[in-house]
Amino acid sequence: MAPQPSPAVRVQAEDFDLGREQALLTRGRRDIGALVSFVGLCRDEDGALEALELEHYPGMAEAEIRRVADEALERWPLQGLTVIHRFGRIQPGEQIVLVLAAARHRADAFAAAAFLMDFLKTRAPFWKKERRADGAPGDWVSAKSEDDAAADRWR
Amino acid sequence: MKALYFAWVRERIGLAEEEIAPPGDVVTVRELIEWLSARDEGYAAAFANPATIRAALDKTHAAPDAPIGAAREIAFFPPMTGG
Repeated sequence: MAPQPSPAVRVQAEDFDLGREQALLTRGRRDIGALVSFVGLCRDEDGALEALELEHYPGMAEAEIRRVADEALERWPLQGLTVIHRFGRIQPGEQIVLVLAAARHRADAFAAAAFLMDFLKTRAPFWKKERRADGAPGDWVSAKSEDDAAADRWR
Repeated sequence: MKALYFAWVRERIGLAEEEIAPPGDVVTVRELIEWLSARDEGYAAAFANPATIRAALDKTHAAPDAPIGAAREIAFFPPMTGG
Protein backbone atom coordinates (compact mmCIF):
# COMPACT_ATOMS: atom_id res chain seq x y z
CA MET A 1 0.00 0.00 0.00
CA ALA A 2 1.17 3.52 -0.77
CA PRO A 3 2.47 5.59 2.14
CA GLN A 4 -0.11 7.80 3.83
CA PRO A 5 -0.34 11.30 2.40
CA SER A 6 0.33 14.13 4.77
CA PRO A 7 -2.79 16.25 5.29
CA ALA A 8 -2.76 19.94 4.39
CA VAL A 9 -4.17 21.83 7.39
CA ARG A 10 -4.58 25.60 7.53
CA VAL A 11 -6.22 27.93 10.05
CA GLN A 12 -6.51 31.41 8.59
CA ALA A 13 -8.48 34.65 8.57
CA GLU A 14 -8.46 34.87 4.76
CA ASP A 15 -11.01 33.30 2.48
CA PHE A 16 -10.10 30.22 0.41
CA ASP A 17 -10.71 29.16 -3.18
CA LEU A 18 -12.21 25.71 -3.61
CA GLY A 19 -11.02 25.41 -7.23
CA ARG A 20 -7.47 26.32 -6.31
CA GLU A 21 -7.36 23.91 -3.37
CA GLN A 22 -8.77 21.12 -5.53
CA ALA A 23 -6.15 21.81 -8.22
CA LEU A 24 -3.36 21.76 -5.61
CA LEU A 25 -4.54 18.41 -4.26
CA THR A 26 -4.94 16.69 -7.63
CA ARG A 27 -2.07 18.30 -9.58
CA GLY A 28 0.01 15.70 -11.40
CA ARG A 29 -2.04 12.84 -9.95
CA ARG A 30 -3.48 10.03 -12.09
CA ASP A 31 -4.44 7.67 -9.28
CA ILE A 32 -7.30 9.61 -7.64
CA GLY A 33 -10.76 8.36 -8.55
CA ALA A 34 -12.91 10.38 -6.16
CA LEU A 35 -12.67 13.83 -4.66
CA VAL A 36 -15.28 14.90 -2.12
CA SER A 37 -15.42 18.53 -1.03
CA PHE A 38 -17.41 20.07 1.78
CA VAL A 39 -17.72 23.82 2.25
CA GLY A 40 -19.39 25.21 5.37
CA LEU A 41 -20.94 28.65 4.86
CA CYS A 42 -22.15 31.34 7.23
CA ARG A 43 -25.96 31.56 6.95
CA ASP A 44 -27.98 34.63 7.89
CA GLU A 45 -30.58 32.87 10.09
CA ASP A 46 -33.48 34.41 8.15
CA GLY A 47 -31.92 37.85 8.20
CA ALA A 48 -31.26 37.98 11.96
CA LEU A 49 -27.48 37.55 11.68
CA GLU A 50 -25.12 40.29 10.56
CA ALA A 51 -21.91 38.35 11.08
CA LEU A 52 -20.17 35.67 13.10
CA GLU A 53 -17.03 36.32 15.12
CA LEU A 54 -15.01 33.13 15.17
CA GLU A 55 -12.58 32.87 18.06
CA HIS A 56 -9.97 30.11 18.06
CA TYR A 57 -7.13 28.76 20.14
CA PRO A 58 -4.02 29.38 18.02
CA GLY A 59 -1.74 26.38 17.89
CA MET A 60 -4.28 23.97 19.35
CA ALA A 61 -6.74 24.55 16.48
CA GLU A 62 -4.17 23.38 13.93
CA ALA A 63 -2.95 20.55 16.18
CA GLU A 64 -6.45 19.24 16.85
CA ILE A 65 -7.49 19.36 13.18
CA ARG A 66 -4.28 17.49 12.36
CA ARG A 67 -5.09 14.83 14.97
CA VAL A 68 -8.56 14.34 13.44
CA ALA A 69 -7.05 14.27 9.92
CA ASP A 70 -4.47 11.66 10.99
CA GLU A 71 -7.28 9.57 12.44
CA ALA A 72 -9.14 9.75 9.11
CA LEU A 73 -5.98 8.61 7.32
CA GLU A 74 -5.79 5.62 9.67
CA ARG A 75 -9.40 4.65 9.02
CA TRP A 76 -9.69 5.07 5.25
CA PRO A 77 -7.22 4.57 2.37
CA LEU A 78 -7.04 8.23 1.32
CA GLN A 79 -4.83 9.78 -1.30
CA GLY A 80 -5.08 13.35 -0.12
CA LEU A 81 -6.72 15.48 2.53
CA THR A 82 -7.08 19.24 2.87
CA VAL A 83 -8.74 21.06 5.77
CA ILE A 84 -9.02 24.85 6.01
CA HIS A 85 -10.84 26.60 8.86
CA ARG A 86 -11.23 30.36 9.04
CA PHE A 87 -11.38 32.60 12.09
CA GLY A 88 -12.30 36.25 12.67
CA ARG A 89 -15.34 38.10 11.35
CA ILE A 90 -17.34 36.17 8.76
CA GLN A 91 -20.50 37.47 7.12
CA PRO A 92 -23.51 35.53 5.80
CA GLY A 93 -22.69 33.98 2.44
CA GLU A 94 -18.99 33.71 3.24
CA GLN A 95 -17.12 30.43 3.55
CA ILE A 96 -16.05 29.15 6.99
CA VAL A 97 -14.58 25.70 6.53
CA LEU A 98 -13.31 23.46 3.72
CA VAL A 99 -12.69 19.71 3.74
CA LEU A 100 -11.32 17.92 0.68
CA ALA A 101 -10.91 14.15 0.74
CA ALA A 102 -9.39 12.24 -2.17
CA ALA A 103 -9.43 8.47 -2.57
CA ARG A 104 -9.45 5.78 -5.23
CA HIS A 105 -13.15 5.14 -4.62
CA ARG A 106 -15.98 7.44 -3.62
CA ALA A 107 -17.19 5.56 -0.52
CA ASP A 108 -13.90 6.23 1.29
CA ALA A 109 -13.82 9.88 0.22
CA PHE A 110 -17.45 10.51 1.30
CA ALA A 111 -16.95 8.76 4.65
CA ALA A 112 -13.69 10.55 5.45
CA ALA A 113 -15.15 13.98 4.64
CA ALA A 114 -18.21 13.35 6.85
CA PHE A 115 -16.01 12.01 9.67
CA LEU A 116 -13.76 15.07 9.51
CA MET A 117 -16.64 17.52 9.71
CA ASP A 118 -18.32 15.63 12.58
CA PHE A 119 -15.12 15.68 14.62
CA LEU A 120 -14.06 19.21 13.69
CA LYS A 121 -17.33 20.48 15.12
CA THR A 122 -16.87 18.77 18.47
CA ARG A 123 -13.07 18.78 18.90
CA ALA A 124 -11.46 21.72 17.10
CA PRO A 125 -11.19 24.74 19.45
CA PHE A 126 -13.34 27.32 17.65
CA TRP A 127 -16.22 29.32 19.12
CA LYS A 128 -18.80 31.37 17.24
CA LYS A 129 -20.29 34.58 18.58
CA GLU A 130 -23.28 36.09 16.79
CA ARG A 131 -23.47 39.71 15.71
CA ARG A 132 -27.16 40.46 15.28
CA ALA A 133 -28.56 42.55 12.46
CA ASP A 134 -30.87 44.48 14.83
CA GLY A 135 -27.95 45.63 16.99
CA ALA A 136 -29.07 43.67 20.05
CA PRO A 137 -26.20 42.04 21.93
CA GLY A 138 -25.32 38.78 20.24
CA ASP A 139 -24.62 35.61 22.11
CA TRP A 140 -22.18 32.74 21.88
CA VAL A 141 -23.51 29.92 19.75
CA SER A 142 -24.32 26.91 21.95
CA ALA A 143 -22.90 23.49 21.17
CA LYS A 144 -25.58 21.19 19.81
CA SER A 145 -26.25 17.73 21.17
CA GLU A 146 -26.85 16.61 17.54
CA ASP A 147 -23.21 17.41 16.84
CA ASP A 148 -22.06 15.17 19.69
CA ALA A 149 -24.40 12.45 18.45
CA ALA A 150 -22.99 12.85 14.93
CA ALA A 151 -19.45 12.41 16.24
CA ASP A 152 -20.49 9.46 18.45
CA ARG A 153 -21.72 7.45 15.47
CA TRP A 154 -18.10 6.86 14.39
CA ARG A 155 -17.14 5.10 17.63
CA MET B 1 1.96 27.80 34.52
CA LYS B 2 0.11 29.81 31.91
CA ALA B 3 -3.70 29.76 31.97
CA LEU B 4 -5.69 30.69 28.85
CA TYR B 5 -9.40 31.45 28.65
CA PHE B 6 -11.61 31.48 25.56
CA ALA B 7 -15.10 32.63 24.50
CA TRP B 8 -17.51 33.27 27.41
CA VAL B 9 -15.05 31.83 29.93
CA ARG B 10 -12.69 34.65 28.90
CA GLU B 11 -15.47 37.24 29.05
CA ARG B 12 -16.64 36.23 32.53
CA ILE B 13 -13.13 36.11 33.99
CA GLY B 14 -12.18 39.31 32.17
CA LEU B 15 -8.79 37.99 31.06
CA ALA B 16 -7.50 36.13 28.00
CA GLU B 17 -4.46 34.72 29.81
CA GLU B 18 -2.47 34.92 33.02
CA GLU B 19 0.27 33.20 34.99
CA ILE B 20 -1.06 31.03 37.81
CA ALA B 21 0.75 29.19 40.60
CA PRO B 22 -1.62 26.62 42.10
CA PRO B 23 -0.58 25.07 45.44
CA GLY B 24 0.79 21.53 45.52
CA ASP B 25 -2.46 19.94 46.64
CA VAL B 26 -4.14 20.98 43.37
CA VAL B 27 -3.48 17.85 41.31
CA THR B 28 -6.23 17.47 38.70
CA VAL B 29 -7.96 19.73 36.20
CA ARG B 30 -11.11 19.60 38.35
CA GLU B 31 -9.18 20.69 41.45
CA LEU B 32 -7.63 23.57 39.51
CA ILE B 33 -11.12 24.69 38.46
CA GLU B 34 -12.24 24.61 42.12
CA TRP B 35 -9.15 26.57 43.17
CA LEU B 36 -9.71 29.23 40.49
CA SER B 37 -13.45 29.45 41.27
CA ALA B 38 -12.66 30.55 44.82
CA ARG B 39 -10.71 33.60 43.58
CA ASP B 40 -13.55 36.00 42.84
CA GLU B 41 -17.03 36.18 41.40
CA GLY B 42 -15.83 36.39 37.78
CA TYR B 43 -14.06 33.05 38.08
CA ALA B 44 -16.98 31.65 40.06
CA ALA B 45 -19.38 32.69 37.27
CA ALA B 46 -17.13 31.27 34.56
CA PHE B 47 -16.86 27.90 36.26
CA ALA B 48 -20.35 27.79 37.85
CA ASN B 49 -21.43 24.85 35.69
CA PRO B 50 -18.46 22.48 35.36
CA ALA B 51 -20.38 20.36 32.83
CA THR B 52 -20.05 23.20 30.32
CA ILE B 53 -16.30 23.63 30.80
CA ARG B 54 -13.69 21.97 28.58
CA ALA B 55 -9.97 22.00 29.31
CA ALA B 56 -6.76 21.43 27.41
CA LEU B 57 -3.29 20.72 28.78
CA ASP B 58 -0.49 21.87 26.47
CA LYS B 59 -2.98 22.14 23.57
CA THR B 60 -4.46 18.65 24.01
CA HIS B 61 -7.98 17.98 25.33
CA ALA B 62 -7.93 16.89 28.98
CA ALA B 63 -10.63 15.27 31.12
CA PRO B 64 -11.58 16.76 34.53
CA ASP B 65 -9.73 14.02 36.41
CA ALA B 66 -6.54 14.37 34.31
CA PRO B 67 -3.49 15.27 36.40
CA ILE B 68 -2.01 18.65 35.58
CA GLY B 69 1.45 17.20 36.03
CA ALA B 70 4.20 19.24 34.43
CA ALA B 71 1.97 20.96 31.87
CA ARG B 72 3.15 24.47 31.00
CA GLU B 73 -0.17 25.66 29.66
CA ILE B 74 -3.78 25.00 30.61
CA ALA B 75 -6.77 26.36 28.71
CA PHE B 76 -10.43 26.56 29.72
CA PHE B 77 -13.27 27.04 27.26
CA PRO B 78 -16.91 26.18 26.49
CA PRO B 79 -17.90 23.25 24.26
CA MET B 80 -16.63 23.96 20.76
CA THR B 81 -18.82 25.38 18.01
CA GLY B 82 -16.59 25.46 14.95
CA GLY B 83 -17.17 23.89 11.56
